Amino acid sequence: MMLQIKPILSALRRHKAGALLIGLQIALTLAIVCNALFIIQQRVAHLSAPSGIDEANLLVIQNDWANKWTTQETDVQVRTDLVALRQLPGVHDAVASNAYPMRGSGWDQFITLTPDQTTPTGDASVYLGDEHFLDTLGVRLVAGRNFRPDEVHPIGNRENVMSPVTIVTKTLADKLFPDGEALGKSIYAMTSTPTVIVGIVDVLQTQSLANWQMKHAYESLIWPLRAASGTGIYYILRAKPGQLAAVRKEAVKTLYAQNRMRIINNDGGVLDYTQIRQRAYDSDYGMAILMGIVCAVLLAITAAGIVGLTSFWVSQRRKQIGVRRALGATRGDILGYFMTENLLISLGGVLLGVVLAIAMNLWLVTRFEMHRLSMFYVLAGVLLLLLLGQGAVLAPAIRASKVSPVEATRSV
Amino acid sequence: MFAYYFQLGLRSLRKNPVLTALMVMAIGFGVAASMTTYSVFRATSNNPIPQKSSQLFVPQIDNWGPEDAATTMGEPPPAMSYTDAIGLMRDHKAKRQTILYPVGVSLIPADANLLPISERSYAVYGDAFPMFDVPFLYGGGWTTAEDDAHAAVVVISKAFNDKLFHGANSVGREVNLDGRNYRITGVMDDWNPQPLFFDVVNSSAFPDPVQLFIPFTRAIELKVATNGNNNCNKSPANDGWEGYLQSECVWLGYWAELPTETDAKAYLQYLHAYSAEQQRAGRFHWAPNERLRNVMDWLDNRKVVPPESKISLLVAMGFLVICLVNTVGLLLAKFMRRASEIGVRRALGASRKDIYAQFLIEAAAVGLAGGLLGLLLTGVGVFGVSLVFDPRIARLATLDVSLVLLTFAVAILATVLAAFYPTWRAAQVQPAWQLKSN
Repeated sequence: MMLQIKPILSALRRHKAGALLIGLQIALTLAIVCNALFIIQQRVAHLSAPSGIDEANLLVIQNDWANKWTTQETDVQVRTDLVALRQLPGVHDAVASNAYPMRGSGWDQFITLTPDQTTPTGDASVYLGDEHFLDTLGVRLVAGRNFRPDEVHPIGNRENVMSPVTIVTKTLADKLFPDGEALGKSIYAMTSTPTVIVGIVDVLQTQSLANWQMKHAYESLIWPLRAASGTGIYYILRAKPGQLAAVRKEAVKTLYAQNRMRIINNDGGVLDYTQIRQRAYDSDYGMAILMGIVCAVLLAITAAGIVGLTSFWVSQRRKQIGVRRALGATRGDILGYFMTENLLISLGGVLLGVVLAIAMNLWLVTRFEMHRLSMFYVLAGVLLLLLLGQGAVLAPAIRASKVSPVEATRSV
Repeated sequence: MFAYYFQLGLRSLRKNPVLTALMVMAIGFGVAASMTTYSVFRATSNNPIPQKSSQLFVPQIDNWGPEDAATTMGEPPPAMSYTDAIGLMRDHKAKRQTILYPVGVSLIPADANLLPISERSYAVYGDAFPMFDVPFLYGGGWTTAEDDAHAAVVVISKAFNDKLFHGANSVGREVNLDGRNYRITGVMDDWNPQPLFFDVVNSSAFPDPVQLFIPFTRAIELKVATNGNNNCNKSPANDGWEGYLQSECVWLGYWAELPTETDAKAYLQYLHAYSAEQQRAGRFHWAPNERLRNVMDWLDNRKVVPPESKISLLVAMGFLVICLVNTVGLLLAKFMRRASEIGVRRALGASRKDIYAQFLIEAAAVGLAGGLLGLLLTGVGVFGVSLVFDPRIARLATLDVSLVLLTFAVAILATVLAAFYPTWRAAQVQPAWQLKSN
């Protein structure tokens, strides 16, 4: 094998343009495939991020009020609605809130450890709910206690109600108090009134999944406030196992029967978590598919290009191959020659490709807040392209090895 | 000569169907990928109001100070507080101006058997209609007097008018919104600028059309909260709606119409003076920090084009480049295989120029075929865009005449460009050497 490299190199010097083109194509393909695979992995990682809630049995109803009531009037409506919803046979529990996990946007609140601190320690996604919130969403309490019914107060639009107690996620608790002693501590939500952590829950996904929130992933808190906003609220329902479809039918009917001066949109007013996930991760899912298609087609085209050019080289060199065969070269020697030739070109290509891949990633990092490319994807890409090259060259190389020694004696 | 070379080209392409198919496919896929992603990019980076985009401006005032601006690279908040918006409105320094915010308005049908419906609505000043070039089917916007009187008037969309009044002229009639009657002053014609430039801060930049406009002054009087974002750097000092209006919370959009560059410069100076005045009055404890951006700068600043659209366009461009490199290689193989033929032609008197013409035309034929395949695949791609992008964005990507022409232009131009090197090599063939060696 090694002995062949020198003649191959000198032969390549006569096909500079072709060899360069294949090398360049491999380099560019590697650069794009590495980055595309990396984007796929990042997006798929988003998809599998846990929410901490009982997604399979949850239903979210967006309820807007047609009449603009006062906070007290709205609260009466909300409480009546909740009683009716909780009495539905298929419903395990229900809660009224300002938002729901993975909503896409919502209320986030800077959190500080002292009232006069200017740079916030955390940025929490804020959920409002009564003592049924944890049970409804299926969030696991890992320390402390749930809210007591007497701690729950209504909150209207733009009202400054600061609850004296709060339940936070473990992530937020650890961020605020890295020593693990968060329970019973006071925190501040950009006001001078403290709120005391009485409970800690395991995982509760934030409302926004945007890039800025990723720096504060899983930082959520719950205040014992019943959303009585004049504009609208969300009812979150947890169905008993297997009852989701039935609850979906009944819940809206029940609400309209209770009071018809409300708006529940036919299109998107009632969502289960399959739909919410799809909305939240649509672009991630789409990007992963798109990058997958790009990779596949790109690799196919590069392979086709290698087959095409190598076939041309083989047909150009039939006479030389014949001479070599006549002089005693075995079929294996000829096959090896073309395989080695391709390997050399590919190696040159991937070397340039690695540089291009890293450069492209660095540029994406600065422009689109992407992460640094992991070397694993570069190595995977290199291996993929080397194998692709060898695979693509196989067919023309076998054809070359079948050239009969008699060809040496024929003129073209 | 062109027709003859074109025929020669087609004949030669038929001779190596596999190689030809490879080239056509490479160009087809490359062009289709670029054109599909470009169609999305074109839709998202669209200028929604080309005739006026350089005359409409968004002022920004820093009412939060350098601590908050530090997290946004010195940018003032993207929305305005009630205090500043009203202050600018009172000074009335632009030709036209409006404050605006999205409101959740529900229509309560006269027929008690029908359920109430919510409509996408905005609270604006009467200036907004001539400012944004809103087309009217019947009537028009409301007057400044009606703004000042907090009048219960409304401008409705064509779709809303069709639904409620079956397309009849409904100007002067009343509708019940949130339990109160509003008099219709105008019915808009179809109007749905994409992106919805006047409010890209709240929710998606590509929403469903706006159905209703009500006076800002009335919405504030009725304490209608924003349906969009509200950002506070600290909790309001005073309770209730009044406390909220006095707070530094930002939730309002502001637009000014400044017809000339001089107007814009003067307005920027005015914003600076306004901020300086607030500093002197003790409300701002920092130096004035203001911005004034026209429509396209504002859309760019708000990053209305989703990063997915940019990344996929870039990847698709890279893809096209690879396809072209591939085509260069394959054309080279194809042309050089005919070295002896070239030799004969040259020996019989064909000039280098003739060889150039012949081979470039042959390449153009490949490009044309690639363009056809590319067009087909672009059609499939545009159809499949909804799998990859937000449906609200995907529906904007369309295969129109200009995209069809562009597809062909890119395919042929790219292929001819790719053919230059192989053609140059072909033209370099020495007739004597070719004839001798055989």
